[in-house]
Amino acid sequence: MFESLSARLQSITQRLRGKAKITEADLDVALREIRLALLEADVNFKVVKAFVAKVRERALGLEVLSGLDAGQQVVKIVHDELVAVLGGERRELELGARPSVLMLVGLQGSGKTTTAAKLAVRLRKEGRRPLLVAADVYRPAAVDQLVQLGDQAGIEVHTRPTGTPALEVARSGLEAARQRGLDLVLIDTAGRLHVDEPMMDELVRIAGSVTPGETLLVVDAMSGQEAVRVAEAFHQRLPITGLVLTKMDGDARGGAALSIRSVTGLPITFIGTGERTDGLEPFHPDRLAQRILGMGDILSLVERVQENVDREEAERVAQRMMESRFTLEDFRSQLNQVKQMGPIGQIMQMIPGAGQMAGAAQQAVDEGHLARIEAIIDSMTADERRRPEIIKASRRRRIALGSGTTTADVNRLLKQFAEMQKLMRQISGGRIPNLGGMGGGLRGLIER
Amino acid sequence: MTMPRPARGPTGMGLRPRPGGLGARLRAIFAGPADAASWEEVEEALIAADIGPEAALDMVDAARARAGRSPEAAREALAAELRERLARTGSGAWELGPAPSVVVMVGVNGTGKTTTIAKLAHRLVREGRSVILAAGDTFRAAAIEQLRIWGDELGLPVVAQRAGADPGAVAFDAVAAAESRGADAVIIDTAGRLQNKTQLMAELTKIVSVIRRKLPDQPRHVLLVLDATTGQNGLAQAEAFSREAGVTGIVLTKLDGTAKGGVALAAADRLGVPIVFAGIGEEVDALAPFDPEAYVEWLLA
Repeated sequence: MFESLSARLQSITQRLRGKAKITEADLDVALREIRLALLEADVNFKVVKAFVAKVRERALGLEVLSGLDAGQQVVKIVHDELVAVLGGERRELELGARPSVLMLVGLQGSGKTTTAAKLAVRLRKEGRRPLLVAADVYRPAAVDQLVQLGDQAGIEVHTRPTGTPALEVARSGLEAARQRGLDLVLIDTAGRLHVDEPMMDELVRIAGSVTPGETLLVVDAMSGQEAVRVAEAFHQRLPITGLVLTKMDGDARGGAALSIRSVTGLPITFIGTGERTDGLEPFHPDRLAQRILGMGDILSLVERVQENVDREEAERVAQRMMESRFTLEDFRSQLNQVKQMGPIGQIMQMIPGAGQMAGAAQQAVDEGHLARIEAIIDSMTADERRRPEIIKASRRRRIALGSGTTTADVNRLLKQFAEMQKLMRQISGGRIPNLGGMGGGLRGLIER
Repeated sequence: MTMPRPARGPTGMGLRPRPGGLGARLRAIFAGPADAASWEEVEEALIAADIGPEAALDMVDAARARAGRSPEAAREALAAELRERLARTGSGAWELGPAPSVVVMVGVNGTGKTTTIAKLAHRLVREGRSVILAAGDTFRAAAIEQLRIWGDELGLPVVAQRAGADPGAVAFDAVAAAESRGADAVIIDTAGRLQNKTQLMAELTKIVSVIRRKLPDQPRHVLLVLDATTGQNGLAQAEAFSREAGVTGIVLTKLDGTAKGGVALAAADRLGVPIVFAGIGEEVDALAPFDPEAYVEWLLA
């Protein structure tokens, strides 16, 4: 729904075409757009301020690299700085002693219980024998929820009768793990406000009693400007060791996580996607940076393609996209595949530079334009589908007649398709920042 | 039947001012004359309240145009601007409507739908209405149990099927039950869903159409539950849920924290629907009719 940063910078890019240096005035315009994009992505306004100052410093008077234009280069600087803030390398959990204790804390509704189950499943795969401890003794049915998730995943859940204080549940959970020879205790705690003193005290007491090796703050990717203050408050009272960013399968940009990371220095360890217990992934700083910038997330796109389309087909599409050989025939055969992957607007959002077209594409589906597009392509000859440039006036009339549309409809489709091809050529030519090496990377991913 | 509780004091919503918020910042900003630099800080303060960068700039421009250089005039201009924006989306008390009135609660995961249902039901019961709850979240583990526990606590019937059942069927049963028992209200819980999941959103459309087929002028209320800690994604949520389920009002939850919930302003504006209730605590009575005047005062307190 927000304009991507690359779209925002396009007009500037055009103005700067051919310039060898980025001037201060040009930079001001670009930085204003960058500021807006970051704020719309929920990056904390203080973080934005410091960040923009840093980008200005780096970009000013910079020589423009060949192959990039000035606007793209500014985006590249922003992207690189974001990755730097987000942490270049990923941090592994340090679970320490056995049984080691991992405690999950956070606001209400951030996704602690689901994350607890996901972590148990993931760490079991790494050879741990986990025990889930249901220490949310407040929310109705929170214990049931963890028990059910544990049942589904085949993981033991430690519970105590209603009325048992959370501290006692946690302590007895650790004891139970020792007795049963389990070596990882995952404590699910109740959601609480950072300003709720008695509830924060409870966490401090639990942490003091079971000494967690890891205390992870669970943060909703949709969080807004307050996220930093919340994280600081939790961090002040508890030895937080890292963040888990949840609901990343949504379309939030996730700027709050960047802000927390930037202000507290806490590393983002995992991201949660989806409600199934296998929906937990290691965190990739570059992916979040691109997402915050609305630069598209071609890696996620590839993953989604892999999930919904068979591998050979995915490979063929990617290949043709990268080699700019994508024809109307491919387009036609892809329409159905794409429809299976979810809303087309969302798919387009993931394609760098195609964000602007996302809304239009979604609208096309909603209003039944897609059916018309299919009819138009069906009314073309094979040759026309492969080489749309041969479609002149009389062919257009024939196609319109055959598909029950108008020549204006046919013209529009051909024009849009030409633009799409141009865009793909740009992408495959590496003209979009940080996608230079993407061709190889993409293929590598698909072949993995 | 218990007596209705007295109102919660002058703010009307029981919102507690927090130190270091927008008000303190505004006082500091307007300690001197209202110049360009101070207006820029006001813009930042609004952004910090999650109002969004574009809306914040808009509001500051508008407030600046109507304010003089005096700090009081500046603050008043800003308050007026906020009030007008809230007034645009309609005001007045939330009316349940003729029985059986169907209320569907929608929103993304973790905003507090189930808790809000309990609070709303409690409120209606206090007003002497008969209420049926419907466990339409058949997906999340223990969501049905959570609603059942609330039903027990409030002494209300809960229409439920087994986990994994079709939520449309649950809604159908609940509406039928409300009709046959002559209930005033049926409040339907739905599973939290991220607005970009097409299939889950389509399921919501189906729930609404199932209800409509049974009672053509229902659901009268489709309430979007928005978490005050949500950032700009709240706008995307509002748009998508409105498109799929025809949102009639917004419930702004978790206002007892430090988050200001500014995105709800923008969301209400975008949808042209009012914010109808505010969730301000864990207790079952911690739901208040949204009072725009009190909210603006709290924002600027």
